[in-house]
Amino acid sequence: METLFAICIGFLTSCGVFLMLRGRTFPVVMGLTMLSYAVNLFIFSSGRLNLKGAVVLGTSESYADPLPQALVLTAIVIGFAMTAFLVILAIRARADLGNDHVDGSMPDARPAKKERQK
Amino acid sequence: MNVLWIALLPMLGTLMPVLMANKSRNICALTTAIAPLTALVILLSLTQSVFAGHIWQFQADWIPLLGLNIHFRLDGLAYLFALLILGIGLLIILYARFYLSEQDSMPRFYAYLMLFMTAMLGIVLSGNILQIWLFWELTSISSFLLISFWWHKSEARRGARMALTITGAGGLCLLAAFILIGSIVGSYELSVVLQSAELLKNHALYPVLLILFLLGCFTKSAQFPFHFWLPNAMAAPTPVSAYLHSATMVKAGIFLLARFYPALSGTELWFLLVSLTGLTTLLVGAYLALFKHDLKALLAYSTISHLGLITLLFGLNSPLAAVTGIFHIINHATFKASLFMAAGIIDHESGCRDMRRLNGLWQFMPVTATLMMVAAAAMAGVPLLNGFLSKEMFFAETLQQNLLGALSWIIPLLVTVAAIFSVAYSLRLIHDVFFNGQPKGLTKTPHEPPHLMRLPVEILVVLCLVVGVAPALVVGGLLDAAATAVLAGPTPTYSLAIWHGFNLPLLMSAAALTAGVFMYVKRKQLFDFQNALPGVDTLNIFERAIKQLCQQAGQLYALLDNGSLQRFMALLLTAFVILAGLPLIQMETLNGGRPELPVDAVNATGAAMLLISAFATVVWHRKRVVALLMISVVGLMVSIAFTRFSAPDLALTQLSVEVVTVILLMLALFFLPHKTPKQSEPSKVVRDIGLASLVGIIVGSLSYALMTRPFTTISDFFIANAKTGGGGTNVVNVILVDFRGFDTLGEIAVLGIAALGIFKLLTRIPVFKPSSDGEGRPWARERHPLLLATVAQSILPLALMVSVFIFFRGHNLPGGGFIAGLVTAVAIILLYISQGVDWVKARMNIEYQRVVAIGLMIALFTGLASWIFGRPFLTSWFDYFDLPLFGEIELASAIAFDLGVYITVVGSTLLILSSLGKMTTSYRPTHREQM
Repeated sequence: METLFAICIGFLTSCGVFLMLRGRTFPVVMGLTMLSYAVNLFIFSSGRLNLKGAVVLGTSESYADPLPQALVLTAIVIGFAMTAFLVILAIRARADLGNDHVDGSMPDARPAKKERQK
Repeated sequence: MNVLWIALLPMLGTLMPVLMANKSRNICALTTAIAPLTALVILLSLTQSVFAGHIWQFQADWIPLLGLNIHFRLDGLAYLFALLILGIGLLIILYARFYLSEQDSMPRFYAYLMLFMTAMLGIVLSGNILQIWLFWELTSISSFLLISFWWHKSEARRGARMALTITGAGGLCLLAAFILIGSIVGSYELSVVLQSAELLKNHALYPVLLILFLLGCFTKSAQFPFHFWLPNAMAAPTPVSAYLHSATMVKAGIFLLARFYPALSGTELWFLLVSLTGLTTLLVGAYLALFKHDLKALLAYSTISHLGLITLLFGLNSPLAAVTGIFHIINHATFKASLFMAAGIIDHESGCRDMRRLNGLWQFMPVTATLMMVAAAAMAGVPLLNGFLSKEMFFAETLQQNLLGALSWIIPLLVTVAAIFSVAYSLRLIHDVFFNGQPKGLTKTPHEPPHLMRLPVEILVVLCLVVGVAPALVVGGLLDAAATAVLAGPTPTYSLAIWHGFNLPLLMSAAALTAGVFMYVKRKQLFDFQNALPGVDTLNIFERAIKQLCQQAGQLYALLDNGSLQRFMALLLTAFVILAGLPLIQMETLNGGRPELPVDAVNATGAAMLLISAFATVVWHRKRVVALLMISVVGLMVSIAFTRFSAPDLALTQLSVEVVTVILLMLALFFLPHKTPKQSEPSKVVRDIGLASLVGIIVGSLSYALMTRPFTTISDFFIANAKTGGGGTNVVNVILVDFRGFDTLGEIAVLGIAALGIFKLLTRIPVFKPSSDGEGRPWARERHPLLLATVAQSILPLALMVSVFIFFRGHNLPGGGFIAGLVTAVAIILLYISQGVDWVKARMNIEYQRVVAIGLMIALFTGLASWIFGRPFLTSWFDYFDLPLFGEIELASAIAFDLGVYITVVGSTLLILSSLGKMTTSYRPTHREQM
């Protein structure tokens, strides 16, 4: 099971990273969402996998590790807030700049490097 | 405690001039003087005990784990310097009152000056070497502010920048040296360091730390080849030059040489480096001083030369030389500060500092002239003045040393040459300014300054005389106390007397005086020779070098970052691959030996769906709506994974967040293109696939390695105490609202801030409303389908009830504020979608910003409430009550905290989604003043 779980985490990370390397804002937002799934699963798995041990006292003999769960719970909610902020930033950037490239301008439309430095 | 006040009072004094900014200049100066005066009185009251060898200390813990303590300590050496800093500082305050013109901001000047005084006192009184460094840096900064006080002058700005760069770079070297010392000795306490001389000197890193240490000292004390910043710092107002650049700050480097003399000196390396640097500086400074036409420049080079002299003394291998060095510190501070102030008076009253134009001032200001003559004679080493005594002792010491083996005799010779120049420039200072014909082209007629402005000079000149005539009586005790501290042991026998009989040092003095007068008389040839040499503009050379350095740094940076975020991120990920991959390669086996769980059919199916939908998201990422649907499947699978692996709370949270996220992204797509154009070149795609795969492989391997290793967890504590200490059986929830409630408070604050940030980003956004979807199809005409509206309306009360249920059971069973909040938010969002903003607004007009604030406040006040009961922040309380009809119920303060969480989550989620949703309607968020 651990092998399968690790493969899933690795694959989600790969997909997330690939999407985050795209040039437009929306795929980047999706990549970030995907990456946060992977990270949440990773942190969660640091408490080791446990099939029957929900941490409600009195329901089982051995419990899963509650600490990573508590960490991940808030991480999910904050991850949502961050995704929301990013996507709204993307909307605002598109409205103000007229394009949805991560650099704020299309690569070919950009002035040469020397000029920008001035 | 007394020691603390000496250091603390000037710090408080920094505020005084600022508070008195509206009062008259006299009141401003007077109130500024109160703090240092009080500190001086306290210092003087400790005189007896310090001279008797007592060390006053004040100590308080700051960050003890890092070896950072607040530690002030007053011994003989610190006493001497504190006396100079406070005494001369007070004279400077008086002097500056008359020196500054109406246009200069007096409060600003005094505030900077007091800041500097604080920093200087901090250096000399610190008992912790890191604390010394802290104040050391503060002197660099306050000196920068003081040099650039006349910021409208370009030379002042440039000079200040140069001084800051040089002394700041030296400060970094010093920090490195201190950290090395601290790690070798194992403590940052000065007293420990001073007792670890053998340990330090025998350590392999001793040469490194010594060179770093000396770099710090030499840059600050303007030693060759770092001397060039001092003449350029003369752009500062003269009180600053008199205080910082003659009496105190430039002595800070020498102070450190003296302070660490017991710990670091005594090796061949120390003597060679310190004495040769000192000797070179002595010669270069004395030689260049003669040719300067600017009064202050002459004094600046003379200061460099005298600093070199003191450094040389600390580099001679004898305790007596160190004593002489300390003696010369006192003497130099008195005569040089008075000379600077006198030069300032001349500048102030005649409007000129150029010695080619200033001539024959004797007839206009005889008193000032007399004072300056006495001080200059002390500088030249004329008998009956203090400069003569220390110079005589200095000559004697150079005759005793054996630094250069058989060639050691050159040192007394070179020293005499420097003394000849010193006599010549002192003579020039007096003869050129006060005699030598009539002034040329002065803008105003010179006259005597107000008496109070001259008073500081008078006091210092009288000191020069008194010390020169009765040295043992006046400074004997002070010198003895300081020398005991420097030598960390018994002081050698020495006699402070004017007459030691006919001996070689006296002969050297006489030769220097005669030859100096002769050189001045024959100066014309020497000046012609010097003028034939190419001039060196240190300021321009320095600035060119700095500019070049910046350019090269810019080029290097441009190699890494060409402005493309994609490229930047690829570099970052590559770094991650290397840094995380290397340790994995070095690991022998990935499997940690923990037995794996068997794979069952359900889990395998779930994993397969997760992988497929993730893959589909990537493949179809250009068709954004499809990709969005695919990624929501991934999210669903993740929440199912949480259910399978015993995390029901996580599953519920993930599920409800998933709903909210998908709605949000759908809404966002309304404002963004529906398709991503194909743009990346194939080579780039290959690079990204490669990089992404590598990152994925590494993260997956790490995760596998982690999961297969046996572990111990701190969570047993939470499981054991959840019921008894937190009053709940759902341990995850108890951790969130009780054990780690502080974290949760921070997290909901972040959530609230993100929501407010989004609200702000959406205000006054330029209108951008597409009339059709990505395929060019117009939007559906029926905006609020009846079926959806009816269902949403009837679901709302049910959903609210469910969320109340989830909220209350959260403490004991899966649920809680986060999940309940998300469920409520989803139900209300559904209403927005089905009925439209108008309909909702008519029935429920709530400003969600307020909801967020109320939620945060409830959580915060629940935490604060425990203060009322004398408990730490966020201590929880719970008890059980037996109510008729309901049975036993539990009341816990954690419920109130969870309520805060609930309200914040509802408020934030709705603020985010409704602000975005409203953009499609007439209720777009706008600035209030626009409404």
